[in-house]
Amino acid sequence: MNEARSEFWKGVRAELPILVGVFPFGMIYGALALGAGLSTFASQVMSSIVFAGSAQFVTAQLVHDAAPGFVIILTIAVVNLRHMLYSASLAPYLKNLSLKWKVLLSYLLTDEAYAPSILKYEAEALTPFSHWFLLGAGLALWTIWQISTAIGVFLGGEIPSSLPLDFALPLTFIAMVVPVLKKTPMVAAALSAGVTALLAYALPFKLGLILAAFVGIVVGTFLEGRNSKGGVL
Amino acid sequence: MNIWLIMLAGGLITFGMRFSLIFLFGRFEIPETMRRALHYVPPAVLSAIIFPELLLRDGSLFIDVSNTRLIAGLIAIVTAWFSRSTLVTILVGMVALVLLQWL
Repeated sequence: MNEARSEFWKGVRAELPILVGVFPFGMIYGALALGAGLSTFASQVMSSIVFAGSAQFVTAQLVHDAAPGFVIILTIAVVNLRHMLYSASLAPYLKNLSLKWKVLLSYLLTDEAYAPSILKYEAEALTPFSHWFLLGAGLALWTIWQISTAIGVFLGGEIPSSLPLDFALPLTFIAMVVPVLKKTPMVAAALSAGVTALLAYALPFKLGLILAAFVGIVVGTFLEGRNSKGGVL
Repeated sequence: MNIWLIMLAGGLITFGMRFSLIFLFGRFEIPETMRRALHYVPPAVLSAIIFPELLLRDGSLFIDVSNTRLIAGLIAIVTAWFSRSTLVTILVGMVALVLLQWL
């Protein structure tokens, strides 16, 4: 049990530097969700039900834009697809665990818990206690995400309504997109998705968003395939 | 649709994707093309939200110096490129928009 505890705390410690960046992000989410028109309770509970930063920001934006439910759900699915990669990548290290453990660790599997855990699992030999590391990292992130959301929701109510707070969501997205625009396929994916979103804006049910995302993903994937292997898709 | 239903469905789907291959280990491999495509999801989805926010007003194209959100957005894009910080980008963009609206 001591070894389990030691692995757990190693996971928590590995997560600490990441939490410094997550904390303001959670606060911003809390404040913006409230500004987008979600209730205090819904803004807070989304952080434990969905528990995925970018999907929560996008949901807040789409609720604000009065998008229909099925479009919001579809968008959450697209935004969170990458978690299947994390799931695939960690699966070999978790294969001997009970179903209960697999469920718990899957719930806690975010970008921020995945990153330090996969580094550790790839570098060190697997022990019967390795999964406690992921539990430590995941729970640390979960706790900080709930607390920072709560502070953001609390402070969000104090922001004067004269501020154009709804603009903070697109600004958050700009801050997320711009730093990854380093290679041509990424830039092309962003531009083609953006232009498609403009052209398809009049489509009903905000379906233009889904179409635009699809176009961007296909363009980026196609260009990368052409650059790297000469293969088509 | 009710916000609670949306969150519940969104949460279940998210959990399902996190659980999928941990549960199905060895029985299903993610194809290489999909693996590659996933890198383009964030820039595609987020740009699809950003462009209309900055460039449209009431559903039609609005490219003009009097479009304060466009100007503030461009300032934010430059800020994001150099600062690489979410907080700084939001602050600069918000201040820019408030100042432009006030001018």
